Amino acid sequence: MSQVNPLHYNGGAIVATVGHECVAIGADRRFGQAQLTLACDANRLVRVHDRLVLGLTGLATDCMTLAERVRMRTNLYRLSEKREPRPATVSALVSSLLYERRFAPYFVEPVLVGLSADNQPYCCSMDLLGTPMVSEEFVAAGTCAESLYGTCETFWRPGLDPEALFEVTAQCLLAALDRDCLSGWGAVVYVLHGQGLTVRELKARMD
Amino acid sequence: MATRNGSSGFNFDLVLRNERLVERLQVDAPKSEASVLAKLPRKTGTTIAGMLFEGGVVLGADTRATEGNVVADKNCSKIHYIASNIYCCGAGTAADTEATTQLIASQMELHRQATGQALVPVVAAMTRLKQYLFRYQGYISAALVLGGVDELHGPSLYTVYPHGSVDQLPYVSMGSGSLAAMAVFEARWHERLSEDEAKRLVYEAITAGIENDLGSGSNVDLCVIKNGGKSVDYVRGYAKENPRPYRKPTNYTFPKGTTPVLMEEIRKYIEVKRVVSDL
Repeated sequence: MSQVNPLHYNGGAIVATVGHECVAIGADRRFGQAQLTLACDANRLVRVHDRLVLGLTGLATDCMTLAERVRMRTNLYRLSEKREPRPATVSALVSSLLYERRFAPYFVEPVLVGLSADNQPYCCSMDLLGTPMVSEEFVAAGTCAESLYGTCETFWRPGLDPEALFEVTAQCLLAALDRDCLSGWGAVVYVLHGQGLTVRELKARMD
Repeated sequence: MATRNGSSGFNFDLVLRNERLVERLQVDAPKSEASVLAKLPRKTGTTIAGMLFEGGVVLGADTRATEGNVVADKNCSKIHYIASNIYCCGAGTAADTEATTQLIASQMELHRQATGQALVPVVAAMTRLKQYLFRYQGYISAALVLGGVDELHGPSLYTVYPHGSVDQLPYVSMGSGSLAAMAVFEARWHERLSEDEAKRLVYEAITAGIENDLGSGSNVDLCVIKNGGKSVDYVRGYAKENPRPYRKPTNYTFPKGTTPVLMEEIRKYIEVKRVVSDL
């Protein structure tokens, strides 16, 4: 399956979790070509603005194209509206960019996390056709999404503070990555909270 | 601005690229996996149903969304807003039901403003839906149960099939669990049902789908439209009979510093104030 699925060709996994007035998003750093690892400095997380992070996994070429198109459209939004777009606005934007190509899709699975002006968390994942799935718990995407759902179901609980949310997200991610050949090789976790953004590079298995 | 040349509609730029891409990836793979593209998007393997009663209509849906054999969402919402007096249940590919109902909802609001009506007729929504789906010859896989109340025809209930055909019946079901739901309706339905009886029957039909169809699951959502379309009672989680049975009584807690961190970067928000001084 992974051999013929363009979504799994380059590998990669993303998980996002919701806490109390904070959200976290974690991703691995592998960039591969089927079973061959080409690099371990892939960046799947795009900072749209101070309070919004977009994660893209799937076919790397489409992830890059979509990230650039989102950047252009959010820049146009800033110019015309003179403010930053809300998380739900960017979610609708990404969704329509993907659904426009309903019959010839980009092979990407986006995950979007953000904080509103009053620090209310937003967490949403989409399939490759742009169906938004807003969650108040956690979402996962990529080659080990199933393992990630397993670890999140066990470790995650509601109302976590930014520090505890980081530990839970990192542990969920690292445990799932170790059970996947196509992702891993380093990981990074972003935590958005009331004071700002904390980025942490994790020590992960490099095999 | 939205699309190239200001045109609207679907973009087919990547059709050839995607075909070649899958061909290239399939060189070493078994032929049986040729239909991989069809398996990718999120589906709503679904039970949806609707029923008329004296003075109104009840719509019901389960809340499971699937990707292949994986439950992608345990509590998704399948009863979509069309207008203040019209709602629509969707089964099929989740992106299609979502996008199609959103499109028709905006068309109905424009229609309402253009005609100066207080409430749009349900037939208007049904006609737009079937024309849109027929135009795409079934490739937009949305199977819909449309229900509403208007001044023209009172309570109305339709099913719209992905190819654009329509049924108008007093009780309908759609989706992979439609057989289980219809079995309940055929056994228990009778004329002149009261509102409570209709709600009960729709709840039992959706429950039959949840229990007997693997593509359906989790909770029952109900939506009751009545009083000439002026009152809508949309209940998310009318029945929640499949709660998570077990969770570790003492939580897993990871003390701070459990995860080894190689690098930490902290970006703090700074407050920017614009000071306007009177000179």
